[in-house]
Amino acid sequence: MAIVVNGTRVAPPDDPRVSLLDLLRDRLHLSGTKIGCNQGACGACTVLVDGKRVLSCLTLAAQVDGRSVVTIEGLGSADDLHPLQAAFIEHDGFQCGYCTAGQICAATAMLEEIAAGMPSYVTEDLGADGIAISRDEIRERMSGNLCRCGAHNGIVDAILQVATEKVA
Amino acid sequence: MSNLQNMIISSVRTAIGWVPGQWLPGGKPDPLITRRGAVGRQASRLDGPAKVTGTARFAAEVAIEGLCYASLVHSPVTRGRITGIDSSAAERAPGVVRVITHRSMPRVASPALMSMADMGAVGNSSLPILQDDEIHYNGQIVAAVVAETQEQADHAASLLRIDYAEANAATRFEDAKSAARTMPSLLFDTNHRKVGDAERELARSAHRVDETYRTPWQSHNAIELHAVTVAWDGDDRLTVHDATQMIAPSAAALARIFDLKRDNVRVLSPFVGGGFGGKGMWDHQIVAVAAARMVGRPLRLMLSRESVYRIIGGRSPTEQRVAIGADADGRFTSLIHTGYSVMPGYGASPEAFTLGTRALYQAKSFEFVQRHVELAVVANTFMRAPGEAVGTFAVESAVDELAHGMGVDPIELRLRNLPERHPITNVAFSQHALRQAYEDGARRFGWERRQREPGARRDGEWRIGMGCASGSFPYARMPGAAVGLTMRRDGTATVACSAQEMGMGTSTVQVQHAADRLGLPVEAIAFEMGDSGLPAAPMAGGSSQTVSIAGAIIAAAEKLTTELLRLAGNDSPLAGLRTGDVRLEREGIASATDPSRHESFRSILSRANRDEITVQAAGTPPLELFKYAMHSTSAMFCELRVSDVTGEVRVDRLLGSFDCGAILNPKMAASQFRGGMIMGLGLALTEETLFDERSGRIMNPTLADYHIPAHLDVPEIEVMWTGIPDPRSPLGARGIGEIGITGVGAAIANAVFNATGKRVRDLPITLDRLL
Amino acid sequence: MTPFSYLRARSLDDALAIDPSRGDRLLGGGTNLIDLMRKGVEQPSRLIDVSGLSEGIEPSDSGGIVIAAAARNSAVAAHPLVRTRYPMLSRAILAGASAQIRNMATVGGNLMQRTRCLYFADAAGSRCNKRDPGSGCDAIGGFTRYHAILGTSPSCIATHPSDMAVALSALDARIHLAGTGGGRTVPAADFHLLPGDHPDRETLLAPGEVIVAVELPPTPAALKSTYRKVRDRASYAFALVSVGAALMVEEGRIEDVRIALGGVAPKPWRAFGAETALRGRPATADAFAAAADAALEGAAPQPGNAFKIELARRTLISVLSGLAEDLR
Repeated sequence: MAIVVNGTRVAPPDDPRVSLLDLLRDRLHLSGTKIGCNQGACGACTVLVDGKRVLSCLTLAAQVDGRSVVTIEGLGSADDLHPLQAAFIEHDGFQCGYCTAGQICAATAMLEEIAAGMPSYVTEDLGADGIAISRDEIRERMSGNLCRCGAHNGIVDAILQVATEKVA
Repeated sequence: MSNLQNMIISSVRTAIGWVPGQWLPGGKPDPLITRRGAVGRQASRLDGPAKVTGTARFAAEVAIEGLCYASLVHSPVTRGRITGIDSSAAERAPGVVRVITHRSMPRVASPALMSMADMGAVGNSSLPILQDDEIHYNGQIVAAVVAETQEQADHAASLLRIDYAEANAATRFEDAKSAARTMPSLLFDTNHRKVGDAERELARSAHRVDETYRTPWQSHNAIELHAVTVAWDGDDRLTVHDATQMIAPSAAALARIFDLKRDNVRVLSPFVGGGFGGKGMWDHQIVAVAAARMVGRPLRLMLSRESVYRIIGGRSPTEQRVAIGADADGRFTSLIHTGYSVMPGYGASPEAFTLGTRALYQAKSFEFVQRHVELAVVANTFMRAPGEAVGTFAVESAVDELAHGMGVDPIELRLRNLPERHPITNVAFSQHALRQAYEDGARRFGWERRQREPGARRDGEWRIGMGCASGSFPYARMPGAAVGLTMRRDGTATVACSAQEMGMGTSTVQVQHAADRLGLPVEAIAFEMGDSGLPAAPMAGGSSQTVSIAGAIIAAAEKLTTELLRLAGNDSPLAGLRTGDVRLEREGIASATDPSRHESFRSILSRANRDEITVQAAGTPPLELFKYAMHSTSAMFCELRVSDVTGEVRVDRLLGSFDCGAILNPKMAASQFRGGMIMGLGLALTEETLFDERSGRIMNPTLADYHIPAHLDVPEIEVMWTGIPDPRSPLGARGIGEIGITGVGAAIANAVFNATGKRVRDLPITLDRLL
Repeated sequence: MTPFSYLRARSLDDALAIDPSRGDRLLGGGTNLIDLMRKGVEQPSRLIDVSGLSEGIEPSDSGGIVIAAAARNSAVAAHPLVRTRYPMLSRAILAGASAQIRNMATVGGNLMQRTRCLYFADAAGSRCNKRDPGSGCDAIGGFTRYHAILGTSPSCIATHPSDMAVALSALDARIHLAGTGGGRTVPAADFHLLPGDHPDRETLLAPGEVIVAVELPPTPAALKSTYRKVRDRASYAFALVSVGAALMVEEGRIEDVRIALGGVAPKPWRAFGAETALRGRPATADAFAAAADAALEGAAPQPGNAFKIELARRTLISVLSGLAEDLR
């Protein structure tokens, strides 16, 4: 089997201790995915596995054998930015840029979750069909991605803009 | 910090005081203050595309052939000696290249301690680094293991067996207070300052407050872990990819420590994933450089998050007494701010929480003094707005208490006591518009909706309150900042210096600046940075990087002008004009009085048959600092809710109204202000490094257990500014990286009081204090 | 991390090959286990990855729901049957961790997660009877903000960190276990053990037994149920106190009520006494206050967490009052 990373098949590592994060950064040199704690506590290492956001630091590479992984490098490039990437620049949704890849990967999946009607802790009516997008919905759903520079307002604005354009 | 230093500073200040202002740097306001092009525009970050696509390279991401990995072992003992090391299992573990302990570590000196006397010194601690068997604090590095992969290094590190003989350690703040030291100096000021008899004035004042405020240990918690990738070339050339806010000083320090020529040490750090004062020089860089030399291979050492907490010092806890006396009209007759913070004898970073207070209010009498408590801890260091971040919590809470006691609006009480000149030195402010910041802020915030009586507003289970507080941070410009400036025949220019980008937007704003300074479009400017091989910029600290580099660009532009005029010669429309007679505009040089006398850079260089011309220059010494009192100030406003059921606090609105000189890039400036304010929100409500006083050990070395604000904690934050340029600084700017955090703790505590009637004087304001 | 081998289970039989005496551990989403392995608290020699086994969430014959052990937390929380029939469970799961972690974490793994006691996690520097039986407890007298006030013992004051398990306990969920000798079903409220003298024994899972599924019985009271979590950060933090409660009122009298507390005990704390105090009584503020007193009876806090008694009382009263108000 193989792990499909941004569309390319790669062999799983020999050492089962290797996390998906270390596979990406140290073995594949896809260092867009960041390591902020290696404790599952900051979200900087967020990637998409079969379209769902997960923490690559707490995922063994062996566990994603046969699955598809998308990292920030797979979302867009400087010449062809993903709408969220462009919106993050526009709204200044970062300063140092270190938590950014995790924020953008998480936001990408989050918009899908909202579209699929998945509720959050701040969703008023769990039984309702469809989620009304609000700043607090975005904040709660993005709370697993810490930012120390304090770019929270810009991040939420960027996501809100893309979410609104998507609906429109 | 010594008496000698006090003497030098005060004598320079006295001498400068006699010099007319116009002779000093900034004596004639920077012409760009009024002549704006790119500066002041709402521009997106130039490094944005690299950061959002993951291609910006950080220190631990440099790929090198043959790289090996290191892992650290920390002492679980606080004081004592290592009595035995069994490294056999670690050495036999798969992939291990080398185990390094104090027995095998080469003899190296510790870096010179940071000080006001040596701006190039970078050390946070004078303790030896893996040099002997003595343990000074819990978490100290006792070994490093080098292996082929990170997994192997981490595993082998866990196999080391180290025996210790434990000794008694000073770990309790309260117990150690009695032996606290009183230093002669506090950074750039005399520590103990007395004006009049503040205790006597306090005792006989019509209104008074006299309380003790406490703030806890805090950690920077930049999301990027500290990391170095080290490569030796032979035994005399060293390249270090570091995550550091002090590139050039680090290179100099490493050259000294490893006995290398300064030019043979290259430190690269183009992007830093957050610093906040924590990304300086600590033990790990020195261990990594030594280890790479020992194993003869390139090596990477990325600290674990736990290691960051254990060996990178944070902000010291403080215990502060603030006493204010006021007469019947509310004019301060006495202002006392004293107290304790931790600084071990081997540390270099006093938490100078009384410094900001010395410039904040006018009063009839003052007393300020700080004492350092010695504990066996990792040396504390500077963290965003060291001193002011926690000092403003104490003094601005006290002012609110006094205002409440007097039945006066807290803004009104502050405005009644604003200083006209520096209250202690009597030096004139270069610019000071805190009154306007308050008036503008209060209007935008809707301060008039605040109920004076606590607990008067309610929404269901939530009590609603408003609070405000002043923030402040001094201006600084670092001496010795240099840039290289290259002008090319094709009409492009490059500015180069060793500065770092950790989110402030350094390159973006200096490109804007250079465009205006040189009369070029921004597209024509490139900015090279992040490399100690470039002209040396100072460390990024004290909110000084932007003006320090700006000062150097001013000097370089002047030098370039002189060179170009020389090249232009007598065949130019500029013939006969001197540097002082011209300015750079329209992609060339023009007479200041007759704009029709203009020649383009292209034309000058073409005629001179030159492809390019390069100059290097350092900014003038920052003498304006001695001539004027230069401080940024802010008015911070908060509206929040406190649950009557659980005591949970939710901040609904924060507004910062700043008086920080000219704003160079509104978009990035707003982000920096907000960032500081959000760190202030954490300081107020959630952040604490849990230092177990029984053992001396930090117990929450994880981002799960040290609570920095999460998205849901952060409301929409409004920022605004007076925008009044400082006539004494380059570009009229004063630095904005730190002031955002100041005043926030008190604004929130004061709003909590307004909501609930409960006065919390110990941070963080966790819900149990409000039940 | 200590080296280990990795086996991906293709069937329940693969999982049942587990031999804990040889250092085998089951791996679900890994959100807790991998972290503890990195910290040196857990050192398995073999991981049997059961995260690829059944993730089904199906209606049961009795009118309840059966959730397979490998179902992801996020899938359970979002499932229409759970959201409409057991909103307390949905909300409890959504209150836990982050979206990323909920996408990874399995229901079985969530039940099996270890305490977040700071001293338990500090393998290099702290004593812990749970980690190293008989070594002592450094949490007592230390930082106890997140520690228990109910059900503690002199050997351990750690809390169970799960939000989901609090709801399962309140909802009388049944946990289906399988072993090489056959299967059995145990009530969720009994699954976790109090520490007593053996805080290292955390569940009644026998060696070699594995969790197969969780079954929610039909529970009319759960239609009106909720979960409130009180914590130090607005989101993404463990509970200081949490309350899962369900209330059914008919003609002003409490027909059925379910109460469980999180963050206050070494296990999800089903407040049977409080429920008894309420059944058949009018749904009044006084009754709720009495129930809260009953729920906190016997609380024995540490100096650092005495506030939790008042916090839990108030939160419980507020949650019950809120449910009663909605029913009006």
